[in-house]
Amino acid sequence: MSKPILTAARRALAGAVALSALSVGAETRAEPAKQYFPLATFRVGAYASSGIPVWAGEIDYFRYVNDVEGGINGVKLVWDECETEWAVEKGVECYERVKGGKDGSPVPIFLPHGDPISKALTEKSVSDKIPIVTIAYGRTESIDGRVFPYSFPVVFSFWSEASSTINYIAEREGGKDKLKGLKIATVYHDSPYGKETQTPLAYLAKTYGFEDIQIPVPHPGNDQSAQWAKIRQIKPDYVFLRGWGVMTPVAIKTAAKTGFPVDHIIGGVWSGSEEDVRPAGAAAKGYLAVTPFPAGADFEISKKIKAEIVDKGKSDLKDPKSFGSVYYNSGLDEGIIAVEAIRTAQKKFGVGPINGEQAQWGLEHLDIDDARLKEIGAFGLEQPLKLSAKDHEGGGAGKIIQWDGEKWNIVSNGWVNSDRSLLLPLIYERAAAYAKEKGITPRADATN
Amino acid sequence: MSFFLETLVGGLLAGVMYSLVAIGFVLIYKASGVFNFAQGSMVLFAALTFVTLREAHWSFPAALAVTLAIMVAGAIAIERFVLRSLVNQSDLTLFMATLGLSFVIEGLGQLLMGASVHELDLGIDDVPIQIGFIQVSQFDLVAAATAGALVLILSIFFNFTRTGVSLRAIADDPLAAQSIGIQLPALWRIVWGVAGGVALVAGLLWGARQGVQFSLTLVVLKALPVLIIGGFTSIGGAIVGGLLIGASDSLAEIYVGNLLGGSVSTWFAYVVALVFLLVRPAGLFGERPIERV
Amino acid sequence: MSLAQADLAATGLSAAPDEVLRPAPTSVLPRALGAIGIAALYGLAFLPNDYWFNAILIPFLIMALAGLGLNLLTGYAGLASLGSGAFMSVGAFATYNLLLRAPALPLAASLILGGGFAAAAGVLFGLPSLRIKGFYLAAATLAAQFFLPWLFNQYGWFSNYTTSGSISAPRLVAFGRDLSHPAGRYLLTLTAVVLLTALARNIVRSQTGRNWMAIRDMETAAAVGGIPVGFNKLAAFAVSSFILGIAGALWAFAYLGTVDASSFDLNRSFTILFIIIIGGMGSIAGAFIGSAFVILLPILISHLAESAFGGAVDAGQLQNLEKILFGSLIVILLIKEPHGLTALAAKFRTRLRQWPLKV
Repeated sequence: MSKPILTAARRALAGAVALSALSVGAETRAEPAKQYFPLATFRVGAYASSGIPVWAGEIDYFRYVNDVEGGINGVKLVWDECETEWAVEKGVECYERVKGGKDGSPVPIFLPHGDPISKALTEKSVSDKIPIVTIAYGRTESIDGRVFPYSFPVVFSFWSEASSTINYIAEREGGKDKLKGLKIATVYHDSPYGKETQTPLAYLAKTYGFEDIQIPVPHPGNDQSAQWAKIRQIKPDYVFLRGWGVMTPVAIKTAAKTGFPVDHIIGGVWSGSEEDVRPAGAAAKGYLAVTPFPAGADFEISKKIKAEIVDKGKSDLKDPKSFGSVYYNSGLDEGIIAVEAIRTAQKKFGVGPINGEQAQWGLEHLDIDDARLKEIGAFGLEQPLKLSAKDHEGGGAGKIIQWDGEKWNIVSNGWVNSDRSLLLPLIYERAAAYAKEKGITPRADATN
Repeated sequence: MSFFLETLVGGLLAGVMYSLVAIGFVLIYKASGVFNFAQGSMVLFAALTFVTLREAHWSFPAALAVTLAIMVAGAIAIERFVLRSLVNQSDLTLFMATLGLSFVIEGLGQLLMGASVHELDLGIDDVPIQIGFIQVSQFDLVAAATAGALVLILSIFFNFTRTGVSLRAIADDPLAAQSIGIQLPALWRIVWGVAGGVALVAGLLWGARQGVQFSLTLVVLKALPVLIIGGFTSIGGAIVGGLLIGASDSLAEIYVGNLLGGSVSTWFAYVVALVFLLVRPAGLFGERPIERV
Repeated sequence: MSLAQADLAATGLSAAPDEVLRPAPTSVLPRALGAIGIAALYGLAFLPNDYWFNAILIPFLIMALAGLGLNLLTGYAGLASLGSGAFMSVGAFATYNLLLRAPALPLAASLILGGGFAAAAGVLFGLPSLRIKGFYLAAATLAAQFFLPWLFNQYGWFSNYTTSGSISAPRLVAFGRDLSHPAGRYLLTLTAVVLLTALARNIVRSQTGRNWMAIRDMETAAAVGGIPVGFNKLAAFAVSSFILGIAGALWAFAYLGTVDASSFDLNRSFTILFIIIIGGMGSIAGAFIGSAFVILLPILISHLAESAFGGAVDAGQLQNLEKILFGSLIVILLIKEPHGLTALAAKFRTRLRQWPLKV
């Protein structure tokens, strides 16, 4: 009987040794010239299917930078993964596990990969001086870097997502004046993420004169007969679908079931991937979505990665079908932005591993223009991006893609901009309210 | 008026889908007196196995038969390695064991068959058809018919076969039933096997609706209030409970949700269930215990 | 006897070992050990490593506290509940609003009042327990579990109208000291846990605690014996929810910093229930042992797997294997010791006492 107890004790001891070895190992043994880049991933759990192609895109780009370009100015990237299951506690554990860096190389940027995790890290990141980069998710008001110095909701905030969608509808209807009188229903995941677009849509509705209808879907959204019955009654002109996970295919199928035309449904960023439409089968044909990372395998960088990484068997991708998918390309996007931020920081702080504080400077001075995008080979895949202390978002434009049953095609006229000038004052107002609540003194507009 | 009817019918049909999941819980609760936390994982595992076989170009009946065989084999393994060692332990211990099981089943399913999303086409169109002045989906009608058939078969099985009668004896008084020679382990194998089959049916219909992916494990959320209303021990109750919950959810979402400005169906079903329990503390069809000192 | 009733009786059964095997109350050894343990935990505040605070100690202590709260209700009073997460959310949102809207209140008072709101919610949703029993009661508490977090998500007032509906502590100051650094948050958590554990320990050894156990073991007999059953049940809900409410506030402000209502979902309630089942029903120590198993073991497995196979095995498959291992460990543990880890520890203690004579 005492045997299992002994085994348990031995196991516990071994674990304690492993843990202490880990925490010590993080601080000693210096081996510079390599840039550590931890990846918080979710390869199991409810959302694993959307995550797996993202890490593939990101890791493939890192491998491309290492193997083909010889690293960032010679500094090679090293990374390891930590599983979050998209759960907050696990994400926080991962962040704490990796934040000390590895083998003497500091953490430049942490990508939390999950809206709730990013929120839990808002304050921790400030005291640890590690920038939290959230692409197309995260707290919208953290665009104001004067109040949120280490939060970077780069490229496409939820507010820009909503505004781009409205502007696409205007483009399709023939001008912003045509928005007047339209009924636009937003079917959203009833969570903080889903509610983020209520404020900007209400504001835009007032500005342009369309009718803003909000229809919540409770988590996880695997039954939506009531919501779509309501839509059948209201008869909106367009439906803006802001789902997450299983909610999207169910919405598309239920829409078909109730006879709502699928080409008048525009999915949000997290409702616009292959993983969202494939389960819906034929019902998804014609479905639209707004995205900052359009699908496609014909971009310059995609071709290079195909030749140098995928065809040489070095890809992290398990399902070759996912190459060039929306989520794979979002991983490329993330990789490119991270690498460019480190590159920018190296210009000021010298070539070598960059720490969080330096990467924050790099991010705030990030300026990826069309010329640079062409150099990277990401022209068309990614929009020009210019950040500052006042503006941690930068781009704010999306492309509209349409599912033809096999693949996504770009149907918008290039990038559809959002009304950032209209919305930014509102965002700054909210950031100021947060600063007041927390007793934060905002930084100056410009930093060097 | 037709809008009201349509919402009602849509809700009722959605409720049938909940019942399908609830029946799996009822079976295991009857045999082991335990709320099976792993039911959602079983639904996922069954659907994942089926769709993996289908994608490997197996024919529909072959894939169905093999999946069923795998589920039964799984039931036998669960009985042999988990339940047999826990005979006569408290219900809470068994409940906790099903949590451990759910981790193993989910891990195994994704280890062997991956985490990607699969489309499952059963060849039934999910398009609206007009009946009278209301619109219903053909798929929902098939689902309802399937659930009805399932209940009929299970009722016959449990009321007219020796196994079924033994099961009722076990549910009534486990110790007395065992002392007159009813083999609990054998019964557990059968019931877990049947529950595996029910999980397959639920997995197929839900999987066709939303795609086969990890979220299938979440369908159990909706089965909970169904069980509370219908009682944990009654298969017919699961159907009636499902209909009640489906209808009240849909109507509440439309008529109460508008008043409160939000999605009320997250909790409405539970409040309905709570009111039911206050009137009938053991559910609509559950047996009320007699207390003696 | 129906299964629902068997459920209750079984709850009582599983609680028995600790009560029976507890050493004689005159023994000073356990007290000395307890004091040394608490001193050691306070000593850990000097650890230089954030990881231990933010990822290990704080969540472990808070979940143990939540387990303690539920154990009073389920393990001692025999009332099953799946609403623990909801009562935590009441504590978190109430404390937030007190900190925000009544800045004159000291932190401790806000936490206690926050717990008080949770206790009120507990009593309200505990009312059905006067009529419903066993597993059906657990099902009825689900109404609280789904309604309360929905309420906080739905109405912006509770989160002061932030766009994301999330709340974060405006300030963490006690006795003029800023507690927002990791060691400070750890000390805050530890102090709350020590005080509430002492409170819980005293309650279960008082008349109230004995009443609860009498109701748990046989309600009808307890009623016949003159114990006011209804009052005691509601008292159990109140005390349990009070502790859960404070655990929720700590979870929000001492552990995560910023949370929204979805942090307190059904999974949280299940996790807390699993903590007390695996730790041991009707045992104060059980909540801590259970929390160590449920919260810390997966982290330990993940570290071991990472150092042993990191990079060599596909990351996704490694995760699945870890999950299977954790599930199997639960099942193996239950087969070896169906009454939880506390019973295992008690057996071990007995063995140790008899050690020179019998191995």
